[in-house]
Amino acid sequence: MKLEMKDSPGQLVSVLTPIRDIGGNILSVIHERDPGAGKDILDIQIMCDIPEGTLEPLISGFRTRGINVLRVGEERFLVRRSVILIGHLIHTDISDTIGRIDSTGYAEVHELSMVMPAINEPSSAKMTIKSDSLKDINRALAILRDVARAKGFLIIEPLEGN
Amino acid sequence: MRIAIIGFGSVGRGVAEVIVAKNLGIRVTAVADSKSGAIDPSGLDIAAVLKNKKETGICGSPDITVSDIISSDAYDVLIEVSPTNAETAEPALGYIRKALTAGKHVVTSNKGPVALRYDELHTLATEHNVQFRYEATVCGAIPLMHTIESGIAGNTISRLYGVFNGTCNYILTRMAEEGLTYQQALLEARELGYAEADPTYDVKGIDAAIKLVILANVVWGIKKTLADVDIVGIDGVTSAAIALAEQEDQTIRLIGEIDPANEILRVSPTILPKSHPLVVRGTLNAVTIETDLAGEITLIGKGAGSSETASAIISDLLFIRDCHGRRD
Ligand SMILES: NC(=O)c1ccc[n+]([C@@H]2O[C@H](COP(=O)([O-])OP(=O)(O)OC[C@H]3O[C@@H](n4cnc5c(N)ncnc54)[C@H](OP(=O)(O)O)[C@@H]3O)[C@@H](O)[C@H]2O)c1
Repeated sequence: MKLEMKDSPGQLVSVLTPIRDIGGNILSVIHERDPGAGKDILDIQIMCDIPEGTLEPLISGFRTRGINVLRVGEERFLVRRSVILIGHLIHTDISDTIGRIDSTGYAEVHELSMVMPAINEPSSAKMTIKSDSLKDINRALAILRDVARAKGFLIIEPLEGN
Repeated sequence: MRIAIIGFGSVGRGVAEVIVAKNLGIRVTAVADSKSGAIDPSGLDIAAVLKNKKETGICGSPDITVSDIISSDAYDVLIEVSPTNAETAEPALGYIRKALTAGKHVVTSNKGPVALRYDELHTLATEHNVQFRYEATVCGAIPLMHTIESGIAGNTISRLYGVFNGTCNYILTRMAEEGLTYQQALLEARELGYAEADPTYDVKGIDAAIKLVILANVVWGIKKTLADVDIVGIDGVTSAAIALAEQEDQTIRLIGEIDPANEILRVSPTILPKSHPLVVRGTLNAVTIETDLAGEITLIGKGAGSSETASAIISDLLFIRDCHGRRD
């Protein structure tokens, strides 16, 4: 979204507070002085990840701090789905497994936490896949299921529709 | 109402004990186990039969067979509670066919005949104007069949899912709460009598899958068999996997699910938030019914046990008596 605010010391921090208050996460900030708009006005473009349904409270949070919201860009859904994998994950080339998701272009492996077991025991990992839409998440999961079948590991998924 | 009990193990004796303890207007006129039988058209002294079984290991005389009982006219309802055979359903299937054909009602806790021959047995019962009931086959004491049949009559059921196997639920609960490995939890379940010496049926998800097959046939009339169910058991679940789920306030349970519109018929370890109603502890069972009018309904209760399974059988019996005319 594009914001406009007074260019005075400490003002930038006041943008962060409302985002933090609603539990959001800032992805990028670009700020520039708009030469045409007088030298004490700062233009900010901010990209952030916010919980569903918090856009309205965020905008009013900015307003009460005297920050003008010029434009709200396209609101994109961010869908995450965590699954647990059990098997010989490393011996079946975990980076190839991740690559199969990342190479789709519509989904990516956002996080992978792995627990090392005793030798010869299967390892367990939690994989979080991220995408813009539920449909793409499901497409990515279908790929992961195929990979799991081919490589012989177990995939435990969350209960759907809840 | 006169009943014949075929199979005098945990469930059969449980039914007999309820009848001794409560004045329900039910008379036991015949019983049989694997080696013996007893018939008395005027009513057996059931307390004496229970005592005899306990002391001698048999419930009657070796000269009286199940066949003698079923072809007799000493009973109105056959209670079929012999062991489940998931491959052929025999000998229970033969017993049930014979009784229905003779115009007797049948109540069973035996999953084999319902999973393999529901259509045939249901048709046979209708043709002979008798009832064939099987509340005890799925989720033990939980009145799932009664709820679907009468409690939420008129609803369209879109999906059914839940915890259908108490043994697996016990093992996963212990792994989550005590950090036990699968092997340790299985050993504990065996020591407590929750798991059989050969736990394959339970831990490989086959028992839960058989129950899904029963529900698919009974609720939706879709003719599915065990081979149609995607089955993953709990024997591959590691304590590390459960610990990973716990990090996000989630856990793992063996969930059976039927969703005909999406062609889902599967049993698999599944991640659930710990606060989810299906996350029940120990040997409990739980099932959620998704309907169009009533929304979601979740039932929780004991999935097995002598008096618990007897509860389901007795309720079927009383349903038959109260809704289909008393015959005594
Ligand atoms: N236990 C539960 O909580 C539970 C819950 C739901 C459903 N069920 C189902 O209910 C049924 C009975 O379970 P249960 O726990 O009572 O089993 P059980 O304790 O093993 O008892 C089985 C009984 O059937 C008798 N039997 C064996 N073969 C027979 C035959 N060919 N003809 C007649 N009787 C025969 C046995 O005779 P002997 O006494 O001579 O060995 C025994 O009395 C099974 O189908 C089971 O799957 C059980």
